[in-house]
Amino acid sequence: MLNKLIFANLGHRPVRTLLSVLAIAVEVTMILTLVGVSYGTLDGTADRARGVGADILFRPPGSSVIGLSSAPMSDKLPSVLMKEPHVTFAMGTMVQPLSGFDTINGLDLEEFRKLNGGFHFLQGGPPVSDDDVIVDEFYAQQKHLHVGDTIELINHTWKVSGIFQSGKLARICVKLPVLQVLTGNPGHISQVYIKVDDPGRAQEMVDALRLKYPGYQIYTMEYFTSLLSINSVGLLKNFIGVVIGIAVVVGFIVVFMAMYTAVLERTREIGILKAVGGSSGLILNILFRETLLLALLGSVLGIALTYGTQWLMKHVVMASLVQETVYGWWPIATGIAIVGALLGAIVPGVKAVKQDVTEALSYE
Amino acid sequence: MSNPAGPAIIIETSGLTKTYQVGDVPVHALRGVNLEVRKGEFVAIIGASGSGKSTLFHVLGGLTAATSGTVRINGRELAGMTSAERTDLRKTAVGFVFQKYNLLPTLSAEDNIRIVQYIAHRTTVFDPAFQDVLRLLGIADRMKHKPRALSGGQQQRVAIARGIVNSPAILLADEPTGNLDSENSAAVLRVIKDLNRRLGQTILMITHDSDAAAYADRIVKMRDGCIV
Repeated sequence: MLNKLIFANLGHRPVRTLLSVLAIAVEVTMILTLVGVSYGTLDGTADRARGVGADILFRPPGSSVIGLSSAPMSDKLPSVLMKEPHVTFAMGTMVQPLSGFDTINGLDLEEFRKLNGGFHFLQGGPPVSDDDVIVDEFYAQQKHLHVGDTIELINHTWKVSGIFQSGKLARICVKLPVLQVLTGNPGHISQVYIKVDDPGRAQEMVDALRLKYPGYQIYTMEYFTSLLSINSVGLLKNFIGVVIGIAVVVGFIVVFMAMYTAVLERTREIGILKAVGGSSGLILNILFRETLLLALLGSVLGIALTYGTQWLMKHVVMASLVQETVYGWWPIATGIAIVGALLGAIVPGVKAVKQDVTEALSYE
Repeated sequence: MSNPAGPAIIIETSGLTKTYQVGDVPVHALRGVNLEVRKGEFVAIIGASGSGKSTLFHVLGGLTAATSGTVRINGRELAGMTSAERTDLRKTAVGFVFQKYNLLPTLSAEDNIRIVQYIAHRTTVFDPAFQDVLRLLGIADRMKHKPRALSGGQQQRVAIARGIVNSPAILLADEPTGNLDSENSAAVLRVIKDLNRRLGQTILMITHDSDAAAYADRIVKMRDGCIV
C-alpha cells in the first residue's frame, strides 16, 4: 500500500522526479567514470609493463610510479647492467610524455625482440626510416590510423609503418636514437628493463642492485605493476575521494531541494495522513522510501550513462585514457548516491514530521 | 453525568478550554465546554463562524490539545496524551470527514480508503459489510477513480467511507456539506443519517447550516466558545 502511494507520488510530479533521477545519475556516472578511467589507465599501463617480459625495472632516482618526464640515465647503462650476475638481458627505453597521459617511446626493436619476441604486427612492420612510427591497435583505432598515414607528434611528422597488437610496453614507439635527438637527449634513456636467469630470485637481485646503485628506483616487475593501483597512487586516491565528496554533496543538494519542495507541496497531504492516524514514522518512511527509490533509479541510470562516457572516452579523448567497467564500484557508487540522497531527505523529513496537523489541513 | 439506563457516553468534555496565542493576543476559542454524546447518537454542533465549533472538532479528534479541562473519547482521557497517543486515538477511535474532503489526490478512491486501513494495521481488503456501505454511499462503482475524476459529492462520500472503514467509535464531520451544492448536500446528509441509523455509527457533525443540523438527533448550539 505504501509503495503504491510512493510510486503515485513520484508519478504525480514526473518532471521533478525525472530531474532528481537524472541529477543522481550524473553523480553516479561521475564517480564511475573517474574510477573507470583510473582503473583503465593504471591497469593498461600495468598490462603493458608486464607484456615487456622483463623481471626487473630500473629507473632513475626521484622518478614517480606513474610517469617519467626525462631521460637522465646514460644509454650505456644497459650494457653495464648486463654484466651483473644473473642478468641475462637489459634493454633501455626512452619515454617522452605527450599530451594527457600519452607517451611516445623510443626503443631498439631488435633488443625488444630479444627480450620478449617483439611486437606482433597486425598491419605493416617495424620502423625502417627515422620518420617511421609504430602504434598499437588501440591507438590506431582511436586515431583512425592506417599504415602509411602520417601523424604529428612532438613537432615532428611521422609516418605509420606498422600497427601492433596491444599489450606490450607502449602505444606509440619510434627508434630510440631518433627520439633521443628530437628531444635533445642524445645518449640518454629513461628506464631499463632487465631479464634475469631465475625470476624467482628477482627480489634478491633488486636488493643487490639497490645496494650497488643507491638512489635508483629499482623494482621487481611484479612489485612495480602492483604499485599501479588507485590505493598506491596517493594523489589519485585523494582525487577520487574529493570527487566522491562532491558527488555526495551534489546528491544531498538535489534530493534536499526535491524533497523540500515535495514536503511543501504535500503539506496538506501530510496533514491528511497524520489526521487519519499516520505516525511520524510513517511520514518519514514514505519520504525515505521515495528518496531511496530516486537514488536507486538514479544509480541504474547513472550506471547506464557510464557506458556512454566510456564510448566518449574511446572516441573523443586521447588514447591512453581507457575507461574500464569496474563492476565492483557499482554497489559502492549506488551506496554513495543513497547516502547522499538520504542525508538530503533528513531536513525535509523533520519538517514534515513537525508540521502541525490542523495547520497542514488548512494549507492551500 | 452518565445515565446508567441509556447507551454509554462516548464523548465527554468538562470545563474544556482552548486558548490560542495570536501574536501577543490570547484568543479564547473554547471557554469551558461541557458536552456529552452517547453511543449511536447523531449530534450536530451549530454556530456562527468564530463560535469555536471547529476548535472543538480539532480537540475532540485529537488533532490539537486542549488548554484545560477534560476530554474523554470512548473512555480514553485526552488530557495529558502525548502526540503519539493522540495519533493512536485518531487511528483507532475517531474517523474524520472534512469540509474540503481531504482525499489524497495521487491515489484512487479505493486506495484512499485502504491507506487508512493500512495505517491502522488492518487488512486492506473490503469485507462484504463494507461493500454494502459503499453501495449505500453510492460509490461502489467509482472506486477506481482518482479524486479529480469524482464530483464533490462523490469525493465527500469517499471521505465518509474512509472515515468509517476502521469502525471508529465516533465519526467527526466538519462542515461536510460546506463545499457542496444543495442537491449534493442533501444526498450526503442522507447518507450520514443512514449510517447513523443502519450502523449505529456515533456522529458528531459541525455545521453552520441549520438545514444540515436538522438531520441530527440533537442540536448543540455554540457561541463565543461556549455551549448555549
